[in-house]
Amino acid sequence: MISTMFGKPTAWTTTVLLVVFALMPFVAPAIGEAFYVDVFTRIMIWSIAAVGLNLILGYGGMVSFGHAAYIGIGGYTVAIFGFHDITNGFIQWPVALAISGLAALVFGAISLRTRGVYFIMITLAFAQMVFFLGVSADKYGSNDGLNVWNRSTFEVAGLDLSIDDNMTFYYVIFALLLLVIYVTRRIVNSRFGMVIQGARSNDTRLQTVGVPTYAYRLTAFVISGVICGLAGVLQANFEQFVSPDMMDWPRSGELMFMVIMGGMGSLFGPVLGATAFLILSEVLSGITIHWHLIFGPLLILLVLYVRGGLTGLIGKFERRPPGV
Amino acid sequence: MDLTFFAEQLLNGVQLGILLFLLAAGLTLVFGIMDLVNLAHGSIYMVGAFIAATLTLWTDSFIIGLLLALPLTLAFGMVLEIVALRTLYARGHMDQVLATFGLILFLNELVRVIWGPAGLAIPLPAFLDGSISLPLGIVYPTYRMFIILIGIAVAVGLYWLVAKTRLGMLIRAGASNRTMVGALGVNVRLLFTAVFGLGAMLAGLGGMLIAPINQAQIGMGEDILILAFVVIVIGGIGSIRGAFIAALLAGVIDTMGRAFLDVALLTFLQANAAETAGPALSSMLIYILMAAILFFRPQGLFPPRGG
Repeated sequence: MISTMFGKPTAWTTTVLLVVFALMPFVAPAIGEAFYVDVFTRIMIWSIAAVGLNLILGYGGMVSFGHAAYIGIGGYTVAIFGFHDITNGFIQWPVALAISGLAALVFGAISLRTRGVYFIMITLAFAQMVFFLGVSADKYGSNDGLNVWNRSTFEVAGLDLSIDDNMTFYYVIFALLLLVIYVTRRIVNSRFGMVIQGARSNDTRLQTVGVPTYAYRLTAFVISGVICGLAGVLQANFEQFVSPDMMDWPRSGELMFMVIMGGMGSLFGPVLGATAFLILSEVLSGITIHWHLIFGPLLILLVLYVRGGLTGLIGKFERRPPGV
Repeated sequence: MDLTFFAEQLLNGVQLGILLFLLAAGLTLVFGIMDLVNLAHGSIYMVGAFIAATLTLWTDSFIIGLLLALPLTLAFGMVLEIVALRTLYARGHMDQVLATFGLILFLNELVRVIWGPAGLAIPLPAFLDGSISLPLGIVYPTYRMFIILIGIAVAVGLYWLVAKTRLGMLIRAGASNRTMVGALGVNVRLLFTAVFGLGAMLAGLGGMLIAPINQAQIGMGEDILILAFVVIVIGGIGSIRGAFIAALLAGVIDTMGRAFLDVALLTFLQANAAETAGPALSSMLIYILMAAILFFRPQGLFPPRGG
């Protein structure tokens, strides 16, 4: 297993990253780069999605090339509720997660009947279906997208827990990211998680000893879809805008890259990957408008030569005895 | 709905199908023989369109431009294979998907640097720029008919190449057992490069043919690439015959769905609902078809033998 292969050497890196996340809203304005708060909000939202995808991609070996669909479904649910003047988050959020989960259940049930490249392609096809649904929804802006005029509202017993303030929302997202990582950790280390990882290594063998792997894999697929749905809910609230572009297939590819970049099947790998991916885009696009000329080959080299992603790299580095 | 409109839409569907076939043929060959999933195949389609457009504007002749662009696209494909894709054969499908995704970003940007962000429009030669009369009073644009005929010629040629020639024999042998072909003394590397070049040329041809209708544009390859993938999955990955049938099927269903689905829905839905559901459903139709086929036949309609 990749995670045990590299042990737990990234504890130090992880700690640094989390401290950076936690302090960014104070650090960024202090060094006069306030827009980095926005960058890190996006990083954390994509991290949530990447952690969700990693559950099936890294631990379960299910190469889904269509997870942007669930981000889109989550986002669009919030936007469409908002469009019809329902801003209550206690309605919006659970419904958004339920629809993401339901979509993942249907798509997963069909996709998981296939293997290998067929699985990659069918997950892609389902995501494109959702994408075209968004494109053809004239009422909800089709290609131009839909503005989310008001963020979700949370009023409990006269208490207004608003996320309108960007600082508050930043920490809500941070807390949700930690929650998602914690839940994933519990899942991965449970018997359920063992089955998922076992099915990646040898599905037939597990079935032979009487484990209904299909049901386990499908459940993991649904959980992963729900987590991506949550990322979509947050994205719609943060950007205050949704469009079909957020579920177009390159987004699914980018999400996969974040997971691979960080290191599949490690708990914090996807967070590391999302951070590296988005910061790299930010920096390179600041250098030249033709930054894809550098970014593209960089991604290729990463796939070809960096096994185990950044987690693997850092792992090797950190485990080296001092002074070597 | 009258018969001429129906026939016209049917021909449009066939024309889209032919275009899809030109992409799918290369995609399915490369997958069948090298076991490579190449997302950048759509970028080759785009590069082919830009090369042909440039040459057409230089030489003032679409036909000469096309004939010059074909060998150039072949060469481009072979260089791409040697420089970037060769190392991917030994990798898993996920690595291939990701690496070729990176290649798309690079190639799109490269085209933007060379040709600028705007598309390239090219005029049709006079003899193709009209309409022809078909039986039953159908009038159809000559150029679209031209695309259909070229596509059929390519399909026949490809069948001949794969079924009757020595290269075709090696391709088929390579698809069923690569190691054995290599062990028998065939230069497998060269074979792979040749097959990739062939696939690239076909994809490029597709791009060249569509350029006079839709312009050569950055990103033109991405949308059609996904459709081409749907086609090869429906047809059974690795099967050229499957790709041809599935391409026509997909082209016709997609076009007919867009043209007639809202009318058809009217028969059992209210006008308002049909107008809303029609466009949504028709753009999803081909993906629903794919999901349905994979549900009942996970290996596609025509899985290649011995693959």
